Amino acid sequence: MTLTPIITEFWDDPKLYTLDGYRAHGGYRALASALKQDPDAIIATVKDSGLRGRGGAGFPTGLKWSFVPQNDGKPHYLVVNADESEPGACKDIPIMMANPHALVEGVIISSFAIRANHAFIYIRGEVPEAIRRVANAIEQARAAGLIGKNILGSGFDLEVVAHSGAGAYICGEETALLDSLEGFRGQPRLKPPFPAVAGLYASPTVINNVETIANIPYIVDRGVDWFRQFGTEKSPGFKVFAVSGHVNRPGIYEAPLGITMRELLDYAGGMRDGRPVKFWLPGGSSVPMLTADHLDIPMTYEDMAAAGTMLGTGTPMLFDDTVSVVKAVTRWLEFYKHESCGKCTPCREGTYWITGVLEKFEHGHGTEAEVETLVGLCGQIAGRSFCALGDAAATPYPAALKYFRDEFIAATTTSADAQFDPVASYVFAGAVAR
Amino acid sequence: MAISEATREQMQQLAARYPQPRSALLPMLHLVQSVEGEVTTDGIEACADVLSITPAEVKAVSTFYTMYKRKPVGKHHIGVCINTLCGLLGGDAVYDALSERLGVGHDQPTADGEFWLERIECQAACTHAPVMTVDWEFMDDVTPTSAVDIVDRLARGEKVASTRGPVIRDFRATEHTLAFPLDGLADEGNPVDAKMLAGLTVAKERGMSAPTSKQEG
Repeated sequence: MTLTPIITEFWDDPKLYTLDGYRAHGGYRALASALKQDPDAIIATVKDSGLRGRGGAGFPTGLKWSFVPQNDGKPHYLVVNADESEPGACKDIPIMMANPHALVEGVIISSFAIRANHAFIYIRGEVPEAIRRVANAIEQARAAGLIGKNILGSGFDLEVVAHSGAGAYICGEETALLDSLEGFRGQPRLKPPFPAVAGLYASPTVINNVETIANIPYIVDRGVDWFRQFGTEKSPGFKVFAVSGHVNRPGIYEAPLGITMRELLDYAGGMRDGRPVKFWLPGGSSVPMLTADHLDIPMTYEDMAAAGTMLGTGTPMLFDDTVSVVKAVTRWLEFYKHESCGKCTPCREGTYWITGVLEKFEHGHGTEAEVETLVGLCGQIAGRSFCALGDAAATPYPAALKYFRDEFIAATTTSADAQFDPVASYVFAGAVAR
Repeated sequence: MAISEATREQMQQLAARYPQPRSALLPMLHLVQSVEGEVTTDGIEACADVLSITPAEVKAVSTFYTMYKRKPVGKHHIGVCINTLCGLLGGDAVYDALSERLGVGHDQPTADGEFWLERIECQAACTHAPVMTVDWEFMDDVTPTSAVDIVDRLARGEKVASTRGPVIRDFRATEHTLAFPLDGLADEGNPVDAKMLAGLTVAKERGMSAPTSKQEG
């Protein structure tokens, strides 16, 4: 399958981030056409396109929009989830730095469709460069009359705010993000009510990922049939894949959904030194890992689910045979423990206990009984936590055990670093391959 | 230090951006760090006063988010990603080298007030591993040697540019950007590098492109 640069097509134009640069490549053409349509027609177009959320869950975007009650007399809000913090995910920040106007144009069209007059882009605080470029794009759009009162004479008013977070992975969970955006600790809310009915300030709210919203101008401009020629029936469209790890050319690769990891890996120059893939994760640390046996599975929502994992953020991380899976999993659990918001007991206590036992294995002090203890601990969290963070924390270990049980058994006597020289997995010069 | 009238006015401006003023609390706390170098009690009280909430409510929020510090951060914040991908690809060694060079551990300031070192979680730059940040600007693809060199140059007051962003200013300046992102630096430095263009480059080399209209068959 070939690469299909669409959102990334003009990233080599150093002026793309400016209004003039974006317009030179057809930018804001979709907005002009959208504002002449009925908002419901745009919701129908997005529904018909089959676009699914690119933040990880893959929920159909048009369907989400259609849940917003109309003529309810309440203000509506669009909130863009730009809190990209999932380990392995690195595609929204590049989109915001390289092509911020695609996001801003998508925000304006999407707000018009759901009848929102106020939109917020919640960007994690640790990436000032993305924040300043998005804020700059908003300001340029405002100066050009594309944001503000009576946009392009349509009678539609919109304010857009770029909002900085302050370091909390949990704020990527949509209801925690809303609490954070309201100026509280970012802890998830009980659902229902869902945000489409009672979201920001208890008003109807749509929350979409950056890449999802950046798709909107292209769908509106080029149409449903154009969009659906990419991907599959259940996973239409294209994806900004970010390939990282022990590959020769890590980076951003945009391709139709349904491309395989083997094809993406070929475009990324293969594994370094021709080493084998030991394990890889299709879309962030929260999705179960796969092995070299799974490189030919199409990267779609449905095929990844059939393989026992998820497409997630579509940002594959690949690790070669120098890496200790025990160490990798332990580090991910240390992350979830750090990021657990503390609201619910299974996640708050469970991440603490799993991490503690895994650290014993990392140091070569696990026991065979504890191999099963960990299975039990993960089972106690999955499905019992308040939000998806707990489920995510219960994911890496069972997946690793499925493929690498021997390595956990070995870690009952031998530390991860004794099994695998850590220097061998470094990517810089001076790191000597074993 | 007492929060100045000018800073309070900026807090009011932030609050006015939102339908409900309390939404401005996170940017306001960034503003506090930009003038105080940390989240001080005076800063907490000023936020509470402007938003008509209690200092306890502000403090409860400030302690939830890792970017807010209750000790002076110093001139430069140094972050090293130690999450699985960056850490195992060399971030661990980068962190160790910086910890040795600076003589401090995780989430600690140096005695001279020049640096703060922190083991940070995934910075959304895994394609550029191992990743370091200076005042939260990207320093991509570092090695132990290059990371220590960056710190040495900063310590000597030399000009250091982010790999995907502007020339490094200091921690307080970045915190101000997080409150007021129109800092005039959007045109400085090009954050789009070869790795972000990797797929586009391959596509051009191999003559691949996406159809702009529906193709039959």
